[in-house]
Amino acid sequence: MTDRPATAHDAHADHAHDDHGHGDDHASHGTRKSYLKGFFLSVILTAIPFWAVMTGAFKDPSTAALVIMLFAVIQIVVHMIYFLHMNGKSENGWTMMALIFTIILVVITLSGSIWVMYHLNTNMMPMQAAVDM
Amino acid sequence: MSSVSLKKDGLDEKGEPLSFYQLEEHHHPEGSSTMLGFWMYLMSDCLIFAVLFAAYGVLGTSYAGGPTPKEIFELPLVAVNTAMLLFSSITYGFAMLSMEEGRQRIMQMWLAFTGLFGLAFLSIEMYEFATLIHEGAGPTRSAFLSSFFTLVGTHGLHVTMGFIWLVTLMVQVQKHGLIAANKRRLMCLSMFWHFLDVIWIGVFTFVYLMGSLR
Repeated sequence: MTDRPATAHDAHADHAHDDHGHGDDHASHGTRKSYLKGFFLSVILTAIPFWAVMTGAFKDPSTAALVIMLFAVIQIVVHMIYFLHMNGKSENGWTMMALIFTIILVVITLSGSIWVMYHLNTNMMPMQAAVDM
Repeated sequence: MSSVSLKKDGLDEKGEPLSFYQLEEHHHPEGSSTMLGFWMYLMSDCLIFAVLFAAYGVLGTSYAGGPTPKEIFELPLVAVNTAMLLFSSITYGFAMLSMEEGRQRIMQMWLAFTGLFGLAFLSIEMYEFATLIHEGAGPTRSAFLSSFFTLVGTHGLHVTMGFIWLVTLMVQVQKHGLIAANKRRLMCLSMFWHFLDVIWIGVFTFVYLMGSLR
């Protein structure tokens, strides 16, 4: 009893110390090359949707909306990797866990609100119909 | 735990008082948890923007007979604005690289560029807002414009705060040099600045581009 907690504690202390060693440089994995790569990717991923909307390249608005949303998602991932240096290892994976949790909440909030309010709007009695009654 | 034979006086075999939990907290080096804590803040900030996006998604088509997005949004201006924010992201990245190399003067120069791009972004946004309000498309005109000004304005406020923080840190670095505390603060601001850029991707896609498609 007296020995085991002591070793466990030491191991934990070593572990925590290692973490700190990583913690010093965990947010700065970037190199000049990776920053430039992220920048050029973002420029391309920004320019294409702007060009598509400004020139009206897509005839169908819903196709255009889907395409530019896809570009936005890709660009967000690019920013996460090249600028925010996200990976599954930093802070023992806790940054990734927090991010996944946040994404789940964002998806529920956005899709839930838009879905519910869309149905509320379409099922609402038109003003003219209410006046006629 | 069951192997421990409790004696009546509450002492273990060696005569030490029994303890079932660690009495001393581990040693945490100063600032070792700052980055994770700041990330948690950014995630909660992300939720604020999520609700504002949801509000815009719901109210974005309620024009109340007023102007529609297609009539009032100037995409070339938004494109320039986006470019300003992108440039500020890469210059901040270069500032972080100079910080790691310990080259303070070059880092300060990159930070100054970042601040200027941030200021350019804010000026263009102010100009856009002023034009809209002047044209009678202010936040009180319709639910669409209320939610638009709230969402884009909240992002603009964040950039303003980031700019003030940036200037503060430049003064701090000038005064105290690249000490560990300043490096930590600069890394937090780096996350904050790039995070705002990520939010802006959502804004220009969801609000400006998709608004112009309708």
